[in-house]
Amino acid sequence: MYAYDEIDRAIVHERVDEFRDQVRRRLNGELTEDEFKPLRLMNGVYLQLHAYMFRVAIPYGTLSSEQLRKLAHVARTYDRGYGHFTTRQNIQFNWIALADLPDALAELAEVGIHAMQTSGNCTRNVTADQWAGVAPGEIEDPRVWAEILRQHTALHPEFSFLPRKFKFAITASDHDRAAIKIHDIGLKLVRNDAGETGFEVLVGGGLGRSPFIGRTIKSFVKGHDILSYIEAILRVYNQYGRRDNIYKARIKILVHELGIEKFAAEVEQAWSEIADGPLTLDDEMIEDIRSRFIYPAYEKLPAEPDELRAAAGDARFEAWRGNSVAPHRQDGYAIVTLSLKPAGGPPGDATAEQMDAVADLADKYSFGEIRVGHEQNLVLPHVAKRDLPALWAALDKLGLATPNVGLVSDIIACPGLDYCSLANARSIPIAQELSRRFANPETAALIGRLHINISGCINACGHHHVGHIGILGVEKNGEEFYQITIGGRADEGAELGVLIGPAVPYGEVADVIEDIVEAYLSLRQRPDELFVDAVKRLGVEPFKERVYATR
Amino acid sequence: MPLVKNGQIAADDFVAVADDAELPAAGPVLISATRLLADPERLVARNSPLGVVWPNNRDVAELKPWLDRLALIALVFPTYKDGRAHSQARRLREVYGYRGELRATGQVLRDQFTFLVRNGFDALDVKKEADAHAFREATHRYTEFYQPTGDGHRSALQLRRQRHLTSAS
Repeated sequence: MYAYDEIDRAIVHERVDEFRDQVRRRLNGELTEDEFKPLRLMNGVYLQLHAYMFRVAIPYGTLSSEQLRKLAHVARTYDRGYGHFTTRQNIQFNWIALADLPDALAELAEVGIHAMQTSGNCTRNVTADQWAGVAPGEIEDPRVWAEILRQHTALHPEFSFLPRKFKFAITASDHDRAAIKIHDIGLKLVRNDAGETGFEVLVGGGLGRSPFIGRTIKSFVKGHDILSYIEAILRVYNQYGRRDNIYKARIKILVHELGIEKFAAEVEQAWSEIADGPLTLDDEMIEDIRSRFIYPAYEKLPAEPDELRAAAGDARFEAWRGNSVAPHRQDGYAIVTLSLKPAGGPPGDATAEQMDAVADLADKYSFGEIRVGHEQNLVLPHVAKRDLPALWAALDKLGLATPNVGLVSDIIACPGLDYCSLANARSIPIAQELSRRFANPETAALIGRLHINISGCINACGHHHVGHIGILGVEKNGEEFYQITIGGRADEGAELGVLIGPAVPYGEVADVIEDIVEAYLSLRQRPDELFVDAVKRLGVEPFKERVYATR
Repeated sequence: MPLVKNGQIAADDFVAVADDAELPAAGPVLISATRLLADPERLVARNSPLGVVWPNNRDVAELKPWLDRLALIALVFPTYKDGRAHSQARRLREVYGYRGELRATGQVLRDQFTFLVRNGFDALDVKKEADAHAFREATHRYTEFYQPTGDGHRSALQLRRQRHLTSAS
């Protein structure tokens, strides 16, 4: 965890005061709604179907137990007792009153949480691999760099009024858990032949109406130069990104229209004006940020403790351990994912009671640290293996031990028409129905890794393009219909899914998904050929035939 | 629309002259980019302060040869959501070293003031009277800044570097 210093604290508190003043001026009529809208958006406040929605940043997905308790407190005090974790390491509260927002923000600021730039046409929350710092095989902890980026992009005087929103994601692993290829800028920490740490920089990824996979703009930028290089990219985008059409305003369209080579040349030109200037980082600056990250004092523990051997006879525990527990870089420890996808539940929701309980468990078993991943699940990143049976028992009681991580019912979904004023169709009930159909853990385990992503409209908050199975809600003659794509993926081999055929009505979606899964089970070469690999090998045809033959 | 210059409400000495109107014999004038670029040598040689309104979709690098002879560059915010002139301002000040008056025009509202000043604007053509009077309050809300710009504030990283070196010695 990064611990704020007095500079960070001053900025966050001053931002709360500024927002309080903006809300006051809106409520007394000094600001029109038109003038206020971009101001509230830049602090994460949307106007939804029923109420204001408030989106709070969880930079690079890291939370302390104290911070999670404060989020629970906000859910309980200012909202209806729950929150929704999003695909970009934010949490959303759906029922908050405008007049209460400054107080809620002030309470969050006490524990170093803010809502800066969780919306609006500015640089958004910087996201990272939720296993950063604990996954085996990383170059180094990418959160140090994510924090440098968070600070640099917060209240940036030049880039707060961009053509459109702008998102960063960062990873330090070969296996990409941060979906960097579908971000405006994706950063991968790498080491060059001289042993220097730097970044492969990708640009122009994004979903929405015109999905693109990000392209490498520069294969190596030294760590010391990363801020000036990113400044150059943003400066080119701010000047030349389209502002005539909201659907063509993201950087992906500029990169696409210019071509990556021409765009890269523009960036080099802009960079030449500012490289070696005040944005150049030196070792002291990086070290100062690194020194404010608190790391656990791990004990020397056995890799196979007696407690694990004793619990191995419990089939439910073993199913959970096999599914939700991942290797840690430290011997004797494990990374534990807490599924927020119970059968029949809305994906990514957690009640205030669950948040408080997870905070307590984090204190007891994970050095007080919690992570939030883009798959809308929580993570306890430093659990001693000997504590796994006790942790499992506690999570099971809380409904947070569904052994479906990475499986067919671990569905990513946007809020959809139940909340969102942009949506064409509902997402949550589709996810709920699918999670009921695939509720049997043995069936889910038999199917293996399969990501289903649901978006209620073309804005693609549920990342449907990159779901192994993607479900997109559309409206046809006033009714909810859904387009189904297959073969998408969001990892290092990111690809966009392919449409299998005409959209199907609301009532048939779950049947169609069951047909697709059954087709896969009968077509796969081996039990360990993943769904997405089978689609790659076979193309969409056999799946399409199965779905539409009887419809 | 009050003009706030170097933090004070001030009179605008410049007279905007349309492209087809004759320039007055003396006194500060503000002309379009088109007019300036049609005959720059003669215009900058004129014996009174010269200002230019520079559109937000034209590269400010074109102004480089004339920067030390321009008294005013007015950049444009058609709406405050269109932030192109923020980049133009920083390039003029920090990259090309322009030292004359840099004025923000268009939809210039109170909640942009800090950003504008940080980016090098020293004159704001403020849309609302009340906003102009709130200039001091609006630009003193923040005491710390993460980014280094040309405004003289030391960035958070620069301050920490200092702290780091002090504690090491």
